Amino acid sequence: MGMHEKIADLNQKHKPVDTKTPHVVTMIEAINMALHRAMDADPNVVVLGEDVATNGGVFRATVGLKDRFGHKRVMDTPLAETLIAGISVGMAAQQLRPVAEIQFMGFIYATMEHIVSHAARLRNRTRGRLTCPMVLRAPYGGGIHAPEHHSESTEALFAHIPGIRVVIPSSPTRAYGLLLSAIEDPDPVIFLEPKRIYRMVKQEIYDDGVGLPLDTCYTLRQGEHITLISWGAMVHETLQAADKLHQQGVSAEVIDVATISPLDIDTLVASVQKTGRCVIIQEAARHCGVAAEICAAIQEQAFHSLQAPIARVTGFDTPMPYLQRENVYMNSASDIVDAAIHTLEVA
Amino acid sequence: MQYTKTPYQQKQMIDANGAVVGSLPESVSDELLLKSYRTMVMIRTFDQRVVALQRTGQMGTYASCLGQEAIGTGIGLALKKDDVFLPYYRDQATQYLRDIPLHQQMQYWGGNEWANHFSGIAQQDFPNCVPIATQVTHAAGVASAMKIRGEKRCSLVTCGEGATSRGDFYEAMNLVGVWQLPMVMVVNNNQWAISVPRNIQTGAETIAQKAVAAGIEGFQVDGNDVCAVYDAVRYAVNKAHSGKGGTLIEAVSYRLGDHTTADDATRYRSHEEVNEAWKREPIKRLQTYLHASDLWDEDQEQALQEHCKQEVEQAVKTYLSQPAQPVADLFDYLFEETPAHLALQKQRALEKMARLGGK
Repeated sequence: MGMHEKIADLNQKHKPVDTKTPHVVTMIEAINMALHRAMDADPNVVVLGEDVATNGGVFRATVGLKDRFGHKRVMDTPLAETLIAGISVGMAAQQLRPVAEIQFMGFIYATMEHIVSHAARLRNRTRGRLTCPMVLRAPYGGGIHAPEHHSESTEALFAHIPGIRVVIPSSPTRAYGLLLSAIEDPDPVIFLEPKRIYRMVKQEIYDDGVGLPLDTCYTLRQGEHITLISWGAMVHETLQAADKLHQQGVSAEVIDVATISPLDIDTLVASVQKTGRCVIIQEAARHCGVAAEICAAIQEQAFHSLQAPIARVTGFDTPMPYLQRENVYMNSASDIVDAAIHTLEVA
Repeated sequence: MQYTKTPYQQKQMIDANGAVVGSLPESVSDELLLKSYRTMVMIRTFDQRVVALQRTGQMGTYASCLGQEAIGTGIGLALKKDDVFLPYYRDQATQYLRDIPLHQQMQYWGGNEWANHFSGIAQQDFPNCVPIATQVTHAAGVASAMKIRGEKRCSLVTCGEGATSRGDFYEAMNLVGVWQLPMVMVVNNNQWAISVPRNIQTGAETIAQKAVAAGIEGFQVDGNDVCAVYDAVRYAVNKAHSGKGGTLIEAVSYRLGDHTTADDATRYRSHEEVNEAWKREPIKRLQTYLHASDLWDEDQEQALQEHCKQEVEQAVKTYLSQPAQPVADLFDYLFEETPAHLALQKQRALEKMARLGGK
């Protein structure tokens, strides 16, 4: 319970809010910190979901919230995902800002009707009279040897829906900043947290309540020869691949898409116009994935800059295998390097 | 047929022949009876006119509320202005009583989102809900917000009996019980979910008894008796306002019309059944009662019919004279700030409009 104690310490520092001392935190701690900060800043922010209140969430994202903000604002719901999404729509229409947790993305499909038919459309179909400023958080992705239905990356399902944002952090800093912005956003946001990197790295963060912009890509490394585009946990393998390529004299630009819908296509196009070559890396299955949309948009807008076909490094079009064969499904840094080298070899 | 220990079991106050069952409660004044009657006649006039508009190609697909006017009227008269109403799609009477003009209701079925831009007491009401039963969970969210803020308000949601087969209905009702939410659920049991009759929708003897599993109060009323509906909803709203939780009301009625104008109910139900149901419809019985009580006469009846026709024709005129909404509106209300890709698509849509000659 080391994590629990650490976050409890953090919370004590939280009052009054200390914006001057840096906190060295993991992504899950950064999420917890952002939730505290958002609830502190706005009494309309409420947190709900399964096991989020007394237990503090199965990944500990909501630890300490109930003690600090009370059970009226931090609610354990019955075990019913459709309900969680549906009541979030109702609460948001009453100007609350619900931040709902779906325990794993594998259980998010029951919420789809409310996301597609209501959250995404409420502002539109009432011509701005009712709005839906809700956030639906869910841990997603593989690589932690979890049971069946706990490892999928189906972000493309949500990216296809008009009227919502789909945001995916890839570091503690971006988790903190993007979650704050998602909660402040006046429209619905699906906030997908790559759980494989929940505790992978620590970063220094100031709890200053400052959000990071949504709808924008983050260029993590400048490069000349090739553009590597990714999001979520795969950003880490992509950065490793860029290191390896650097050792071979290849200068790779690395871009974290961060908001997969709506896409900041301008940043991606500008990069490819500079480098002429591009590899898109996604953990998800290949068919109709976000990589396919990025690929199409780049060839529409940067066709004459391309010196090689755009390559995709993706999962297979199979269900995520059980944990024994997870390693075959998941791509590594060397898979990305291979794809990059292949792309660079095209004359 | 006792499912909960409440004063309401199969409540009926004015029977199908217009005779008072027992005595009318204090809450049902002469004034209320007259307002109920006028409302129901107005809504039936509206309903028939909208069907006619559809048949002549001047209206989209329309879901008639023929025969179920008492439910919407009873709800509309009992609900308070600060409450939030979440309809399904046969709630024309309630929406009318919440000051949503008839022409605006026509505009909805005529295919214009601006029809959902309510104002006044309906400012926070939800628009019609087509995906069955989903509105019940929204109502639980609205009621949760009211409870979190400690407000003396409630949400009221309607659905059909078919909707009570869906998970949303059970999940929301379960939450009403466990969180003691200020929420009223009114099921319009009109016996038919398109072609599927009530007896193959559920093995439960009544819809009302479903409340038992959720730990909330549930009861049946005669949904064609506007007094019974009004009194039951009034009771449930007052209960919700005083922090005593939610209520499920099963209003037993009959869908005298087709499911929508795209349906033909003669394919799956008999004329005999429908003719039998006409004998229990809500307007005639109240008219009989009002005549018998000297609250109504032929002159008043003629004047009312004339008034309703004029109002509805005026609404038709307004509806038909409204221009289609600007194309830009398709894009401008999706997000608070329009993202770049949508701004681009809006431009393309506007160019397409220009190519089409603005039509």
